[in-house]
Amino acid sequence: MDILIAFLVVGAIGLAAGILIAVVSRFFGVEEDQRVKAVRACLPGVNCGACGYKGCDDYAAAVAEGNAKPNLCVPGAEATAQELGALLGIEVEPPKDVVAYVHCNGNCEATSKKAEYAGISTCSAAAMLYGGPNACSHGCMGFGDCAAACPAGAICMKDGIAHVDTSRCLGCGLCETICPKHIISMVPQKTIAAVMCNSKDKGADARKACKNACIGCMKCEKTCPNGAIAVKNNLAQIDYAKCTGCGACVAGCPTGCLKKIFFPSLSESFEDDKVN
Amino acid sequence: MEVFKSLIIILLSSVLVNNYVLSRFLGICPFLGVSKKLNQAVGMGISVTAVMLLATAVTWPIQYLLLDKVGLGYMQTIIFILVIATLVQILELVLKRFSPTLHKGLGVYLPLITTNCAVLGVAINNINDGYNFLESIVSSLGCGLGFLFAMVLFSGLRSRIDESRVPKPFRGLAVTLIAASFISLAFMGFAGVVDSLFS
Repeated sequence: MDILIAFLVVGAIGLAAGILIAVVSRFFGVEEDQRVKAVRACLPGVNCGACGYKGCDDYAAAVAEGNAKPNLCVPGAEATAQELGALLGIEVEPPKDVVAYVHCNGNCEATSKKAEYAGISTCSAAAMLYGGPNACSHGCMGFGDCAAACPAGAICMKDGIAHVDTSRCLGCGLCETICPKHIISMVPQKTIAAVMCNSKDKGADARKACKNACIGCMKCEKTCPNGAIAVKNNLAQIDYAKCTGCGACVAGCPTGCLKKIFFPSLSESFEDDKVN
Repeated sequence: MEVFKSLIIILLSSVLVNNYVLSRFLGICPFLGVSKKLNQAVGMGISVTAVMLLATAVTWPIQYLLLDKVGLGYMQTIIFILVIATLVQILELVLKRFSPTLHKGLGVYLPLITTNCAVLGVAINNINDGYNFLESIVSSLGCGLGFLFAMVLFSGLRSRIDESRVPKPFRGLAVTLIAASFISLAFMGFAGVVDSLFS
């Protein structure tokens, strides 16, 4: 009997509250802008923030107001941009197709630790303690801050370093900003050569710390037929606008830190290219 | 006169001595979340005060005229949360209509008043302290004003912190929490002041 009274009382108060809200929203409710709603419906809704706005709702409002270009949505890529363009009746430039790439190949076999780290297991915490536990102070520490930040679950930790599943990568660049060693960068989605090293140490030191390191020997800079590679701070850097993906540099690299990557199937090329 | 005096004591002690944020550590979430800018802090403080007043005005009769009559005192928490949630929803609708900028500025913290422990704390403490209706209203007004006061003080402090050079390990939330603890320590000094004011 007691339980029945409890049910009735709570139910009655809930019902009264519901009716009250309904009445108030009837009298005070604000009509939402239909354009914002329509724009929001085109967006993917992952709230990654790659467009530079606080979330999809914020971006939708800015697009509907005409304050933002419709091609800023990275996860939605060209399809979303076209859809938005059609909706708003304006011409749209295609968005940049980019994907995250981990510039480090310092896996468990190639490098070692200079110290045992037992603190909070995030990269940002580890990096504050004498630059992290790795022998190479520029390399991936593998605590997975990027994997935790990734809204699409596209990053996993394998052999002590981060790997990106490009089929899942949205290209939002959150991992790029969160990595304390700045190892991850966004690269264009085409066939290019990429440097799998981030070490700015001198050749001998870099080599001592990691077998897969770029030693800054300048061989790739000389080999490249398009002049796309420049060695700065003992590290090869590739101008992706000039790179044609011919692979001449990859063949010549003495440490194997250069790799030809294929899009859109980078994840498979990881396996195929291991022979090189 | 005696009634008036006791009301003043209740008001002052709930603003200064038993400040919900700084002495009882309730409602810390908006205290840290919305205290960056003064106008938002004031908006939040007023919203919370309004919700506290409304919540007390509704929950006090519910407790004494309904729950106690049918022996449902143990359902107090759930029913109070239900009432507070409704009031916050209504407040949100009204704010959206009459002050869209404030609505946008308060953002997610506005619906979070629903689960703000300070609001629930005021409603429940008024019952536990055995206040009558008028005393309850004054006490919740005092708690709301105390919250507003703490928000304003702290947003002023935070804007000073933003301009100063903070050592790297302390930047961001760390220095904010340390500052909050200092204000809280300072408020400990009010203990006993109000009671001796009228004696």
